[in-house]
Formats: sequence, structure tokens, C-alpha cells
Amino acid sequence: MANLHQFDVVVVGAGGAGLMAGLYASRGAKTAVISKLYPTRSHTGAAQGGISAALGNLEEDSVEWHTYDSVKGSDYLGDQDAIEFMCQEAPQAILELEHMGLPFDRTPEGKISQRPFGGHTNNVTGKPVRRACHAADRTGHMILQTLYQQCLKNKVNFFDEYQVLDLLIVEGKAAGVVAVELATGELHTFHAKAVIFATGGHGRIFEVTSNAYAYTGDGAAICLRHGLPLQDMEFFQFHPTGIYKLGILITEGVRGEGGVLINGQGERFMPKYAPTVKDLASRDVVSRAIYTEISEGRGINGKNYVYLDIRPESVKKYAALDGRTNPDGTPYTLSGEDILKKIPDIIDFCRVYLGVDPITQMMPIQPTAHYTMGGIPTNKYGEVVLDDQNTLLPGLFAAGECACVSIHGANRLGTNSLLDLVVFGKYAGLRAAEYAQNAGFAALPVEPETASRAQFEALRNGSGRENAFDIATEMKKVMFDLVGIYRSEAGMQQAVEKVRALKARYQQVRVADSGKIFNTELLNAWELGNMLEVAEVVAECALNRKESRGGHSREDYPNRDDQEWLKHTLARRQDGKLVIEYKPVTITRYQPKARVY
Amino acid sequence: MKVTLKIFRFNPEVDQKFHYETYVVEGEPTDRVLDLLEQVKGYQDGTLSFRRSCAHGVCGSDAIRINGRNHLACKTLVRDVGDKITVEPVLGLKVIKDLIVDMEPFFDNYKKVLPFFVNESPLPADGKERHQTPEQRERFDDTTKCILCACCTTSCPSFWASDDYLGPAALVTAHRFIFDSRDEAASERLHTLAETSGTARCHTAYNCTLACPREIQVTKAIGELKMAMVTGRLD
Repeated sequence: MANLHQFDVVVVGAGGAGLMAGLYASRGAKTAVISKLYPTRSHTGAAQGGISAALGNLEEDSVEWHTYDSVKGSDYLGDQDAIEFMCQEAPQAILELEHMGLPFDRTPEGKISQRPFGGHTNNVTGKPVRRACHAADRTGHMILQTLYQQCLKNKVNFFDEYQVLDLLIVEGKAAGVVAVELATGELHTFHAKAVIFATGGHGRIFEVTSNAYAYTGDGAAICLRHGLPLQDMEFFQFHPTGIYKLGILITEGVRGEGGVLINGQGERFMPKYAPTVKDLASRDVVSRAIYTEISEGRGINGKNYVYLDIRPESVKKYAALDGRTNPDGTPYTLSGEDILKKIPDIIDFCRVYLGVDPITQMMPIQPTAHYTMGGIPTNKYGEVVLDDQNTLLPGLFAAGECACVSIHGANRLGTNSLLDLVVFGKYAGLRAAEYAQNAGFAALPVEPETASRAQFEALRNGSGRENAFDIATEMKKVMFDLVGIYRSEAGMQQAVEKVRALKARYQQVRVADSGKIFNTELLNAWELGNMLEVAEVVAECALNRKESRGGHSREDYPNRDDQEWLKHTLARRQDGKLVIEYKPVTITRYQPKARVY
Repeated sequence: MKVTLKIFRFNPEVDQKFHYETYVVEGEPTDRVLDLLEQVKGYQDGTLSFRRSCAHGVCGSDAIRINGRNHLACKTLVRDVGDKITVEPVLGLKVIKDLIVDMEPFFDNYKKVLPFFVNESPLPADGKERHQTPEQRERFDDTTKCILCACCTTSCPSFWASDDYLGPAALVTAHRFIFDSRDEAASERLHTLAETSGTARCHTAYNCTLACPREIQVTKAIGELKMAMVTGRLD
């Protein structure tokens, strides 16, 4: 233990949740933020369209409507007390970001501008409501930069490019983490009273994904190795509009600004599936609609993609048909210049990667793996819970995409991920600092780095009969094809078996790079191990849930079954086997009913 | 199609001096250079080291030199650079291993310009947002796009020539705050920029503007900073 550090609070991950947690924890406790990337490289920066709050800056809106929309969006699997808490906190959270200097776009009066987004509605008329606060299509970038800047201003301690490998738990309490410093290959032990995981999602287990290379489920996999439960892992969001083949995200904000989906027959198809809000239905609904169009032969030229159309003449035509108007009552239109201003990055991506100009051409899109709804179970203060009695693991916290509060239930509403980061990152930071003020340091294990060292040794000493890239490629394909938008018993069974076989083959991987300095091959191989762990749990939990709800759509069980399945899954590893238990959903004001958009 | 990659290699634990290795990979015109680097790493030489994360030009991890010019590997397609591609680390920062350079001096410079919003005045009485007109917001829009990839700074001859020049990226950050109508630390930042390590080192080579993968008008922004220092005005 040459490299020993001691902090009251250690935050793992420096995206939106980690930075918010770090900012708040550091006000009350000696805090370090450890990140495998430079903080500004975190995946929060890729979020585009907006962050929701019922500010009502452009039209009538309310916290209640936001709450109901989120509950409905979650297909009633979200915990309503937590959702209500988040939506109540939302306006203050947005204002706080503004006070930190976040450059939101503005209304003519100088207020924060808002745009429509999928599933966000006026609960009286059922029509889309302008709730998503935005900065062009770079909202996540602005949040990430602003929070990092504020952390610098507040002198938060950063350990950049340190990969956390293990969580230390001593006598049932969190005691710190072990990390490798990428620049030297040295292991470091961080002794802490409280640990906050803000490690992001695991969207890289799928072939077509909007997620960064870094999204390998590290936090979830570390928890699994310690026998801690993960909640609702069967629920993964496929975003309707990824760039064809590449999976790069095209924000729902494009449809919020008036874009529509068009099939191979030139037909706008969403009214068939969501008569009221049409192209602005929840993501699971739109992704299934696209999949159905494609599988019934109405993809573009019979292929597996459709078009997203935001050309000015199309926006004008469909806005007129929908009766959409500007706040002053005039017909809604967009000029090419407006489009360039509202979604500049989308236009850039399409030009660079597709050679397509969205102002004059339609964008070829297909659904793309996007967001991890499940994760490390927590309460609304970010405290990790272990069972259906909400028993705490003292000193362990989680926030952001790696956590499952559960706000998003079976399907997350667009913009609620950024809100989740800001609200629950803050409360995790506050609660962890408070905890640290009243707690002592647990004694460290004698050799805290043993498990981490062993994992690296195994990867250096494998037989070399298998190639890590092949295993990764096969895993991604299996997960996308068999545990994707539509799922079936036979397919998922096959996926579980295939992933298990890949896990066995993974034991034969040998890392060729024997160096210490920036051994990215070793790190990538270690991350692959995490992805395989997580992928297996995703497939097993999906196989276990015999109903369709939100992002989990089964061909063999096409309906939601509230009698049997209105409950959270808690899955943990015990002696190599997956143990599945359940936890009730908290329902306060909204009884489950049919979900129609 | 076959694509030939000539890649700068340096392993500090073994090599006294850098060298180049050539790899031939199967690629498509629409492949990103990053995709090809991944192919090499996955199947030909696992020791090849480079940074990457988002793979679509928004995180700023993979700034490298491609055929002599700074680019993000994930935002440069084979069809843009041809089937013979030379890949090297960016210039002006110490090479640690292969394509990975030491980013610390870059971030140190960033930290020198008060890279955060400063407004110590009371919040609006209603607790709501500080107002800003769309025109005021537009004034600094271009420089909010910066992803700190260092393409600009490491393409700048003045930065190559002197260790203490803040470099274009830090100036872009200063611009983002100085021209924000809500911020109150413009004069302090302008004071920093007026030192010898500041804007005086910019000789308008325009390399930064050409290198920026976010198409920020870097040279123009620096020009606006110089103008503000001369006139004392921020409009």
C-alpha cells in the first residue's frame, strides 16, 4: 500500500452526478473525485436536447404534470415518492444551474427557453408541453462544463485518469476504493468514510449504441462481485433515433422542434401508434413503432432504417396538420436558419458521418441502445439499499445512470436523465458528507489491493487462446439481436447461454502489453469483464420477467401484467448463481392504468 | 478497401526514441480513423495506446495528428484523408506513450483564466434566473462549444515556441466568460491575458481556427479579446 489516500468522501466518476456530488460533498467534508477520464470527457457531455423542469416559462405547466408524465413514462414501475421528489426539486435545480452560469438558450424576455420533448404533456389537453430547458443541442455539454468549472472554483480534489477497480467493504460498511493510476500503472487505495458511485451506464454491451466507449458498467460489475443487488436490470432504453449503423444520438429535440418520422412509403407513421402526441410519444413506444414499420417491410428501400425529417417544408406541413402554433398564435414554422441554430450539432454529425444535410435531406435513423434504467438500488438520498426492507449499506451511495432510485422505472422520459444527475447527485453528496461527519473510518483490510491485483494478473497470464475484441464483438451482437427492443423466451435463453460461453472464453484472454504506463489494453480487457458480468445479468433478468412493460417488450408476453409483475427486480450473485428477489413499487397518487399516447 | 496506417510509436518503458510502424487494415470510406485504430489495437498490436471515449466528436479525448494536421480521430473519415494515413500525437505536449500526450500543462493553462462563472451579486429577488437577452446569449455562443480537446493549442506555433503561452483554448475559455453579460470577473481575466503569457503571444497564424473540430472561430475570439483590452469595452 505505497499509495494510500484518506478522504471523508470519495466520489467515483466525474460526469454530471459525480461532479454534483463532489461539489456538494466538498462543502461539508474532505472530498475526492476519481475518474477514469478527464472529467470533461464524461458521457454527460453527449446529452443533447434538454433538462426538464416545470418552470412554465413559455406556457402553463406544473410539477404535478411533470410527475404524472414521468410515472406514466416509467410504465408505472417508477417509485412515485421519488419521482415526485425529483419533479418538485427540478425548478430549483435548473435555476441553480443558471446561477452557476450555465448558458441556457433564452426566451425573448430573457428567461430560460424551453422546448417540447417526448412524453411531456399538458395533462389537460394531452398535447406536448414546453418543459425541456436547453442550450441548443448541447445541453449535456453545458451542464458538464459548468459543473466542472464550479468544482474548480470550489477547489474540489480531482484524481483524473484513475480507474477504480474495487470497492472496499469492511464489516458491512464502505471503507474506500482501490484504483489504478493510468499514467503509472500504480495501484492506489483511497480510504474513505463514504463512497459515492457515479460510474454511468453500460450501453456498450450492445452493438448499435449511442454510448461512449467508457460506458462499460464498471460500478454495477463491482457491486455484483461483492454480492450486492442490482435493480431492474432488464430495463434498458433504446432511443428511437440513432444515426443509421453508427448509433450516434439524434436528439428527441429534433421532433420537439417539429421533425417527423417517415417510412419507406413516404408516410408519417407515428399517428398510427400514438394518435395524440404522435412523434413525441415515449421512447419505448416510438422505438417499437419504428421496429414494427421495418419488420413489416416499410423501412427505407426495405432496409432496417426509416427517415427523420426536419426540412422546413415538412415541419410547416405537419405543424399545420397538428394545429401547432407559436406562443403568439401564429402558425408554427422553422426556417433553415432556425434549424441550424436549434440543432447545430445534429446537422454537423449528419454532414460529417452521413454526408447528409438535414436542412435539405432526410436523416436515415434506427433505434440505438441509449440508457440504463436499472442499476444500483438507492433511496432518494442516494443511499444504497440492499433489499425490499430498504436496509442500508452504511457509507455507500450511488447516483446518476449507475443508480436505480427508481425514477425511470421501465422507461425513462427524455430529459429526466440530466435532471436525475443534478438532483440525486446533489442529495447523494449532501447525505454522504453528513454521514462522514458522524462516522469514523472503518479499518482497512490488511491487503486492500489483493482482489484488484488478482484480476489484472489473470488477464496478463491467460492462455491467449481467445481474442478480447472477438468476444466483445460477439457479446454486443448477441445482446442487440436477442435482448434488444423485442425479446422472446427462446432468444433470451440463447443470449444467456451465449454470454456464459463468452465469459468462459474470456478466461483465455491474454493481454499482450506487459507495461505499466497507460496500459489501455489491460484496462479495456478489464472493462470487457465488467460488460460480460452485466450483460449476463441483463439477459437473465429479462428472461425472468414474463410480461411487457416500458423498454422490456416480449413477443411471448405482449401485455403488462400488474397482478404479477408490478414489482422491482433485485438480482445478485451468490456462489456464481443469480439470485432474484423482488421489491414493491411505491405508489402514492397514480394507480396504474393503460398507457396511451 | 485496404488502408495503410503509418503510426507513431513510443513506449517509454522500452524505447529510447520514437519510431513509426505500418499497419494495413480493411476499411470503408465511411470508417472513422478511430475505428481503424481500434482494428489495429484489437487484432494487430494490443500495445498501441490512444485515448478515446464518445467516438463522435463531443468529448475531446482523441485529438491526434492525421497526415500532419490536428483532428479528432472519431470525426475524421477515411474518405476525407485517403487510404494512406499517417497518425501521430499532437505537437507541443510531451508524448507519454504512442498517441497519448501529457495533458496537464494544457489544463494548467485552462485553470489560469478563472475558467468558471463569477457573479457575487445577490440573486434576483424572486430567486429565479438572471435574465439575459437572446442577443446577449449569442455574443459568447461560439466559445461555449469548446470541448478542451487541445487541437487548437497544439497546432499553434506560438505555443510550440514557448512553454508559458496560455494557448488558444485557454483564451477561448476566457472569451466565453468575459463576453457573458452575467459574469463579473472580466477585468480580472483581461488583466491575466494582458501579461506576456496572454494574447500578445497570438500572431494570428489561424492554425487554431483551422484545427478546431467544433468550428469555433478561435482567431476571431482572440481578436475580440485583444480589442476589449485596447478599448476597455465588451460589446
